Amino acid sequence: MPDLLIELFSEEIPARMQARAADDLRKRVTDGLVEAGLTYAGAAGFATPRRLALAIEGLTGESPSLREERKGPRVDAPEKAIDGFLRGAGVSRDALEVRDEKKGQVYYATITKPGRPAPEIVAEVLEQVIRTFPWPKSMRWGAGSLRWVRPLHSILCILTDEAGEAHVVPMEVDGIRAGDTTEGHRFMAPGRFSVTGFEDYAAKLKRAHVILDAGERAAHIWHEASNQAFAAGLELVEDNGLLAEVAGLVEWPVVLLGQIDAEFLDLPPEVLQTSMKEHQKFFSVRNPKTGRIERFVTVANRETADHGATILAGNQKVLSARLSDAKFFWENDLRTVRDKGLEGMGAGLAQVTFHNKLGSQADRVARIEALAREIAPMVGAKPDLAAEAARVCKADLQSEMVGEFPELQGLMGRYYAQAAGHDDGVPEACEEHYSPLGPSDEVPSRLVSVTVALADKIDTLTGFWAIDEKPTGSKDPYALRRAALGVIRLVVENEVRINLHKVIQDRIAAPHVVHDLLQFLSRRLEQVLRADGVRYDVIEACFNTRGKVLKDAQKEALELDAPDILDRPFGEYDLFLVAERAKALSSFLKTEEGENLLQGFKRANNILTQAEEKDGVEYSFGADPKFAEDPTETALFDALQAAEAKIATANETEDFTAAMAAMASLRAPLDDFFEAVQINSESQVLRRNRLNLLFTIRKICLQAADLTRLEG
Amino acid sequence: MAETTGKPRSFQEIILRLQSYWADKGCAIMQPYDMEVGAGTFHPATTLRSLGSKPWAAAYVQPSRRPTDGRYGENPNRLQHYYQYQVLIKPSPPDLQDLYLGSLKAIGIDAELHDIRFVEDDWESPTLGAWGLGWEVWCDGMEVSQFTYFQQVGGHDCAPVSGELTYGLERLAMYVLGIDHVMDMPFNDPDAPIALKYGDVFRQTEQEYSRFNFDVADTDVLLRHFEEAEAECDAILGQPADDPKTGHSIVMAHPAYDQCIKASHIFNLLDARGVISVTERQAYIGRVRALAKKCADAFVTTDAGGRAA
Repeated sequence: MPDLLIELFSEEIPARMQARAADDLRKRVTDGLVEAGLTYAGAAGFATPRRLALAIEGLTGESPSLREERKGPRVDAPEKAIDGFLRGAGVSRDALEVRDEKKGQVYYATITKPGRPAPEIVAEVLEQVIRTFPWPKSMRWGAGSLRWVRPLHSILCILTDEAGEAHVVPMEVDGIRAGDTTEGHRFMAPGRFSVTGFEDYAAKLKRAHVILDAGERAAHIWHEASNQAFAAGLELVEDNGLLAEVAGLVEWPVVLLGQIDAEFLDLPPEVLQTSMKEHQKFFSVRNPKTGRIERFVTVANRETADHGATILAGNQKVLSARLSDAKFFWENDLRTVRDKGLEGMGAGLAQVTFHNKLGSQADRVARIEALAREIAPMVGAKPDLAAEAARVCKADLQSEMVGEFPELQGLMGRYYAQAAGHDDGVPEACEEHYSPLGPSDEVPSRLVSVTVALADKIDTLTGFWAIDEKPTGSKDPYALRRAALGVIRLVVENEVRINLHKVIQDRIAAPHVVHDLLQFLSRRLEQVLRADGVRYDVIEACFNTRGKVLKDAQKEALELDAPDILDRPFGEYDLFLVAERAKALSSFLKTEEGENLLQGFKRANNILTQAEEKDGVEYSFGADPKFAEDPTETALFDALQAAEAKIATANETEDFTAAMAAMASLRAPLDDFFEAVQINSESQVLRRNRLNLLFTIRKICLQAADLTRLEG
Repeated sequence: MAETTGKPRSFQEIILRLQSYWADKGCAIMQPYDMEVGAGTFHPATTLRSLGSKPWAAAYVQPSRRPTDGRYGENPNRLQHYYQYQVLIKPSPPDLQDLYLGSLKAIGIDAELHDIRFVEDDWESPTLGAWGLGWEVWCDGMEVSQFTYFQQVGGHDCAPVSGELTYGLERLAMYVLGIDHVMDMPFNDPDAPIALKYGDVFRQTEQEYSRFNFDVADTDVLLRHFEEAEAECDAILGQPADDPKTGHSIVMAHPAYDQCIKASHIFNLLDARGVISVTERQAYIGRVRALAKKCADAFVTTDAGGRAA
């Protein structure tokens, strides 16, 4: 069976697109071949800056032929009908077969679709794939109309038979005719050469200074760079994103270890790292003893007669120019904060618009400061410190360094806060108040940081909700989903007991907007809990106990036009409690007792609900132990009494694990009770008493969580 | 005549070598456009000539102004007035990358010793309603050129596609000549009887224009000029195509485009004066783009714009 080799050779493909493109090429071509009736043993896609390649092993030589039988008109049908059938089936009259059927003699045609040779199919599939390739951005060039990521120069497409002989697949796309040749490294091995199959291709490319496999290039870079750093008594700073990117910028990686001028070594390491990575794609090399960044690694795309000396000198010069800018900014900024303090540095925020309906950045800072002072006691931070941190947390936006490197916002705030003499967690809060930036970003735990982070995000949310700039569909230009998720994670992970409802209500006048925002927050909580492995129905069950409001309250408020729902107690909007309860219930349900208790509860609830519907009453009169007939019934009475007290206490102290344990203690008596006792007894007294008993069970369990919401 | 081998010795020698290289490759060597522009792309030889179906090949130096980049001549490589070298070939030839690398060789950058890389960089000009895909070209980690395949200009699809090369001349020359501060760069031959450095030619103007751009330019006058340029552009394009005097059809795409260039530069000055807020900024850019688009619409109805004869 033949092997197929394809290479699409172009001008430089953006590094970030290469891996995906190699994968798309493999997937689309193999899908197309299989759909056309071919099979194959294995396929692998590759990418370098100038080529996408695909190697397919063990492709079938042709697609199988297909036979189809088609029933035609009766023999005595009009000529016209028979002619029509012949045309449709594409056969001649003498090829028809006559069969006897109940209604008389009928024509049958056998249509054979012959198999097609692999080259024909490959040509068709490849052209289709090239013309519809899913590049994130593609372009035209010259006078042609073909689209590719950058101009496409040549197509290599060969089938290699078992004897090792290569046959070019005849095909052409927009004037580019497929052949069996390619090019090596742009500078180190110019000129075309022909190949006979994948092994030959990969080997000749390597001789022509091209490493085909991106993984191999990355491994080579990492290995060489680590070795050179180690030899200098230093260590390479790991950065997999940068490694993948750099591997996509070179076909022949040559690792060079360079010097950073001594005058820049005192810059903050993050400044060095950012400047080197963002602008120059350099790796940082660190002194393991001091943690200082002392050198850099750059990866060139070629070997040179002077062993990279010219290249390294050039790179060092560019870096020095970049770093002297950074140093200039750093020193100016330090002078500013020493002379005028961070508040002085941030004075210009009054002239920067945050949003035309929400005022300037200075207005925003003032709001965050007030909010931080207000919520500090709930977090456990000192109000004065929280307010101080909030007042200066955005000042670094006015620094020259952040003007040049916006990605250093916050971090520079920390350095400048230290330089200005702030202490007690204020510098850290300047850095950490932006966090968490996403679902996997670390959540701050220092109390001042948590306070300012919450204040910042709550101000953003209430501000944009108040001016009706909420996220819609995929549009979320102010990253409000991220802010809400941040609030949730800050609250849940730091066990913050904050009355979000009151905080929000104090800032937004319209009750329905307040509820809309609370609901938005509750959806983010669901998201967090689900990511923790808590089932959807478990979350529902916990929102519907004391914390039910978030969903239903809005409905009620709108339906009843009764904003007094807003006056519900603090705990009902306490997202932390909902989360705790959900986690406890989730682990409880994973135990055998939890599972059994749930079944028992459902059985009790079903019987009770049916009876209530039938009788049209609610059995909430309380059961009387004196009507207990069976010992299991008495035991259940006792167990309920004990559990009720425990659950009440546990709810009081918010110890949900204890509440679940108390529920678990009902499992055995409940099982025994169902085993021994018939609820629908002939005696109406007994029946009513037992139904009342079931009602108590339901009531008690619902205090822990709304178990009726649970599935299974 | 500039020497064509060995290392160049001055700023002007690098320019002369580029001129002779691209002349040799068949480009029409044009002169700078006689108006204030932010980049070589604004020259009608690029903006307008990249439109329509007629083949085109031009190269030129374009003095460019970016008022916000002024540093009173003190920053080693930031200037409010600098030179770009611009090449535009339509349709883009298949060997444009090789032609470009040849031009680096012509100015003394030997690809055998240096690391030359094409790094993704998509180009967009919101004021011209133009975009293209290409790269910034790196030489040993320094950006030495922009390389772009124009896809759209003035809201029109480019067909055929033009290949555009832009060299930042000061930066490139400083690199080739090994100079650390732009003002120290030899402008003419260092052995000339009157040897001039870049600073001898431009230090004073950098100071004067930095002060003017940042603090003195009269913003009321500028705002008025912006409105006037905008109105004039509309008025020019509002004229009927048929010229009553000659009886010919004369669409005045170029005079209208001059007004667009003017509006664009005035906007840059206003920006440097710090009187444009973030929200207003978008609105101004949109107004300039609207002018560019109208001029492009007009140009494609002319002969040079490829109107079917």
